[in-house]
Amino acid sequence: MIFNFLNLMFQIQIKEGTGPVFFVLVLFVAALFFFLDKARKGATFKIRKIAGLDAVNEAIGRATEMGKSILYTTGLETASHIATIASLTILSRVAKRAARYGTRLQVPSFDPIVMSLSQEIVRESYLEEGMVDSFKGDDIFYLTQEQFAYTAAVEGVLVREKPATVFLMGYFYAESLLLAETGNSIGAIQIAGTDAVTQLPFFIVSCDYTLIGEELYAASAYLSEDSNIISSLKAQDFGKALLWIFLLLGSIVTFAGSTKFLSLLGAST
Amino acid sequence: MKTKLPVTIAFLTGLFMAFAYFVERDNVAWVRILYEELNQNNIVLAVFVLFLGVGTLLIRHAKKIRDKNSDSIYSWVVIVSTLAVAYIGLFQTTGESIGANENFQWIFNNFQVPLSATMFSLLAFFVASAAYRAFRARNTEATLLLIAAAIVMIGRVPIGSVISDSLSLTGSFSLPAIAEWILDIPNTAAKRAITIGIGLGMTATAIKIIFGIERTYMGSGK
Repeated sequence: MIFNFLNLMFQIQIKEGTGPVFFVLVLFVAALFFFLDKARKGATFKIRKIAGLDAVNEAIGRATEMGKSILYTTGLETASHIATIASLTILSRVAKRAARYGTRLQVPSFDPIVMSLSQEIVRESYLEEGMVDSFKGDDIFYLTQEQFAYTAAVEGVLVREKPATVFLMGYFYAESLLLAETGNSIGAIQIAGTDAVTQLPFFIVSCDYTLIGEELYAASAYLSEDSNIISSLKAQDFGKALLWIFLLLGSIVTFAGSTKFLSLLGAST
Repeated sequence: MKTKLPVTIAFLTGLFMAFAYFVERDNVAWVRILYEELNQNNIVLAVFVLFLGVGTLLIRHAKKIRDKNSDSIYSWVVIVSTLAVAYIGLFQTTGESIGANENFQWIFNNFQVPLSATMFSLLAFFVASAAYRAFRARNTEATLLLIAAAIVMIGRVPIGSVISDSLSLTGSFSLPAIAEWILDIPNTAAKRAITIGIGLGMTATAIKIIFGIERTYMGSGK
């Protein structure tokens, strides 16, 4: 009905096969606002413990006690990549704690736009903690957009500066193991998080804590302890339940010999 | 105003990009033009910020040289190589593309390629050390991982078939078939579960940013 209305009103043709996506998206947005409304009315949400995020304070504290720095990398993607944005939101939380403890935070960037954003985020975090005088713009620096040149440069920083804590958050490619193993070799406590499924095993092996896939996106909400932002995690759970129902229904109907359900979803049979 | 304007821009742009995803862009001129324009602006912005990035890189290393840092030799290498490549690329390119610049290509083939290949080949050593750590059978999960990995590794190489034949393991019980099953069934199931979670996480993050619920990417977010 909505599509027909759009067609009539604006002569806009809806792209074939996007109907089910639109339907699920509408339900997801509705769930998100439903839980947000509940949060604003004072509801609190219980979320499961994520070891990697509980260890953030411990990791920053360790660097403080040892008098060493923290190294934070936002991965090898640009600012238009959603994993990079998720990483930047975590950087904000980490920077606040680093500022509070007076610990040096270094952010080598792969992309100049990400560097500018990181500088602004870290500066604002220091400002919020009343530590703007301790903020060093030079510690958030651009390196290169060449994959292995960036890797070599970050490895150089790791080996020379020997930070006590390393955060590897964002999207990574083949360099993930090179970075994580170098961090491991210098004895740094490492917390990694990525939605690059192929790189997850490398991080799990080499890092102390790994945020797997969606945990990277949940991290900002988890660390914020703000029920408005945490409410989005409940919407994600609703989305999972919805997909679970679709999968179950699809399996039952398909096993029963009907292909109508799959056709309805636009899937090939 | 400092926060409201970026949030409004993010809201309008995000909503339009979502809209452009669901409609046939080629059939509606204004949607297609605006969509292309926004993507073009992204490239223009990237070029401007690249100057900022290279500028900060050079300034940072110049400071290291000025401060007589113990590692300043590396800073000299960065500055000289950056300026030399930029000069050759910008002022010695006479053809239509940089690919026609022989000097630039020489630098690329004789410095960039071998250096990148060296870094990439280091992976082999790191894989060995990481695998050693992962495959130590410390608990049940690690033991299962070790067994699964051993079957997959042997099953994916020709010797896997030879071993299966010598042990009279045929059909679904041969090592290559078991390796294939591990990759196609439990491995794919786990990967899909992670992928679904990632999809939902991405969507939730995008919606939070579009509607201004999550603002930390702008700094303090207040």
